[in-house]
Amino acid sequence: MSAHEPVGGRLLTKPFMVFAVLAMIGFAILAARFFFGLGAVTNLNDGYTWGIWIVIDIMIGTAFGCAGYSVALLVYLLNRGEYHPLVRPALLAGLFGYTLGGMAAVIDLGRYWQIYTLFMPWYAQFNSIMLEVAWCVTAYTIVLWIEFTPTFLERFGLKNLRQKLSKVLFIFIAVGILLPTMHQSSLGTMLVALGYQVSPLWQTQWIGLLFLVSAILMGYAIVPFEGILASMGLRRPVEGELIARLSRIMFVVLAGYLIIRFADLIARGALGLAFAGDLDAVMFWVENLLFVVPLLLLVQAGNRSSPRMIFIAAISLLLAGSVYRINAYLVGYHPAGGGWHYFPSVPEMLVTVGIFSLEVVAYLVFVKKLPVLHRA
Amino acid sequence: MALNRRDFLKIAAAGVGAAGAADTAKALQRGPKPMPPEALGMLYDSTLCIGCKACVAACKEANDMPPEHTGQAEAIWDTPVELSGKTLNVIKVYQDGDMEQKDREVNGYAFVKRHCLHCVDPSCVSVCPVSAMTKDPLTGIVEHHADRCIGCRYCVEGCPFAVPKFEYNEAFGQIQKCQFCSHLQAKGQIPACCDVCPTGASLFGKVSDLSEEARRRLAGQAGERYVFTRGELGGDRPPHEAKLADYIKDIYGEKQLGGVQVLYLSAVPFEKLGLPTNVPEYSYAAIAEGIQHTLYKWMIAPAVLLVGLLYVVRRNLGRRGEAGNESGADQSSDRGQS
Repeated sequence: MSAHEPVGGRLLTKPFMVFAVLAMIGFAILAARFFFGLGAVTNLNDGYTWGIWIVIDIMIGTAFGCAGYSVALLVYLLNRGEYHPLVRPALLAGLFGYTLGGMAAVIDLGRYWQIYTLFMPWYAQFNSIMLEVAWCVTAYTIVLWIEFTPTFLERFGLKNLRQKLSKVLFIFIAVGILLPTMHQSSLGTMLVALGYQVSPLWQTQWIGLLFLVSAILMGYAIVPFEGILASMGLRRPVEGELIARLSRIMFVVLAGYLIIRFADLIARGALGLAFAGDLDAVMFWVENLLFVVPLLLLVQAGNRSSPRMIFIAAISLLLAGSVYRINAYLVGYHPAGGGWHYFPSVPEMLVTVGIFSLEVVAYLVFVKKLPVLHRA
Repeated sequence: MALNRRDFLKIAAAGVGAAGAADTAKALQRGPKPMPPEALGMLYDSTLCIGCKACVAACKEANDMPPEHTGQAEAIWDTPVELSGKTLNVIKVYQDGDMEQKDREVNGYAFVKRHCLHCVDPSCVSVCPVSAMTKDPLTGIVEHHADRCIGCRYCVEGCPFAVPKFEYNEAFGQIQKCQFCSHLQAKGQIPACCDVCPTGASLFGKVSDLSEEARRRLAGQAGERYVFTRGELGGDRPPHEAKLADYIKDIYGEKQLGGVQVLYLSAVPFEKLGLPTNVPEYSYAAIAEGIQHTLYKWMIAPAVLLVGLLYVVRRNLGRRGEAGNESGADQSSDRGQS
């Protein structure tokens, strides 16, 4: 019936239990946030009012979630049908990245009980990039669940519904390509309003494009990362051939990203700051070396067919995109007035760990119980 | 190397295009916003300020804000050192060397008052997704409305003067900032800080009048006797007569970041008082909105993109026999794998 099948097997394995406990710890800590305020759990302050819950859970989390978007670009826009076996696992990564990113947003909102005002048109403030992000991310999360629905319908044998959905699925696929293009760039453009508070190493009018391209890259990197981990953990064959071909696309997009990144720095005359020897400069090089490593790895044809090398390149790329976001919004952000410091508190980090653990737990449940992975 | 050289050239061309377009991005900027017709504001003259903090106490009382204990936890009096969820205005001091003389940069000191400057083109209003920050079209006063705020704190992050603050230690906290005592103004009174200022260092009035007054002070000779109005410009309070200071010959706030409605005069450079000086003469909101409104004008670009996507995706799905096919996407994927 389907080319996809549940992995099956025992659900309550050791890794499952470990991640489940981590998730529960995170959520126990959250109780304090709701009873005593954000300050009781986080190190947020009036200088750094956005911390890791925003930058890691939402910005990095949804960039990881771009797997579904990146693969959809390939399969449906460029018509590379051969990548189709990667679609469902990639969609799954998107599903969790976005659902949990949205959850993190609610947790971080200082006045979460008024969140409905975001969706009341008479309150809408159309100059706000935050509004566009909020609407797009919400809509895309819904689209992801709809795109993923065939998996549920197949699992429960609802053939009729599945067929009906197939007829209109193209609409959701198209919208599912449009929305991340909009909000992943806007997540970057949100930085523009912060003005001089952000170091010129990151503050640029092109940051929207850079955020978008780096999110696409992270989306591609998630596919071999997740695929290879799944093959090791769940003892399944690697989609070696496909991942090798995908790595070539990763290489091309990555080269494009670095060219735009440095062309912009040079055009604005900001590259000098990279040699200032301060924390900004060090982190700038950490970020960009992490981008260059996969470029150097993947330039060699031999490495592009080695799952090991691709795995290393993917991890480096995921770290690179993550450090880029942390740099732009935290390291390179020097709040007006000065004198503020921020490093996340332990409970704050445990909440972030909890959210990512929940993602792993949900992933294991889904691939074991639903037809997500391609038939071995 | 198996990589296609043509791909490389394509990317390189795109990169060069991006670099060349760096200047064109400036053209995306939307125009500046004009000063509201009946703009109300404040003139803060650092050289008149004696650091008595009567304005800080009066502000707390007028706005029903709690005291803040900084440093010693057992302190029983209000000791704010910076704006916060409990403090809407604060007096800070610049110190250098042995602090021998007031209003001198070297071996001197000077006071500065911090609160909302009521920007002409405010970032906080521009970034707020739910219109919880508003700017009065007539008076230009920037007000926060907690009843619709979601607490995303983009205003805190985006304000170039670090003004809006959040109550982090409340289960149901809110954004706090100076509202220019709009509740007192509604009763025909003036903002509490200007009301109590004994020297006229904080002076309330129309921005255009305040700007003229500032120019008069700058035009005088240092050391000359001058009659300083107190409270409200054009009011009938007994004035305060003193010598004119050796001013920096500039009014802070007329141009910076698109202009603000609280103007500053000082005898020490403005950056020493913590006012951002290395900033453009336009608001960052003008760039952010410019980029966004170019991309999303009338939603034409997204709509065109969507139509294109719908067409291409449908065609590609059809080609592979996915659309409407009972076994859906899966047949084709088998084919794809072969």
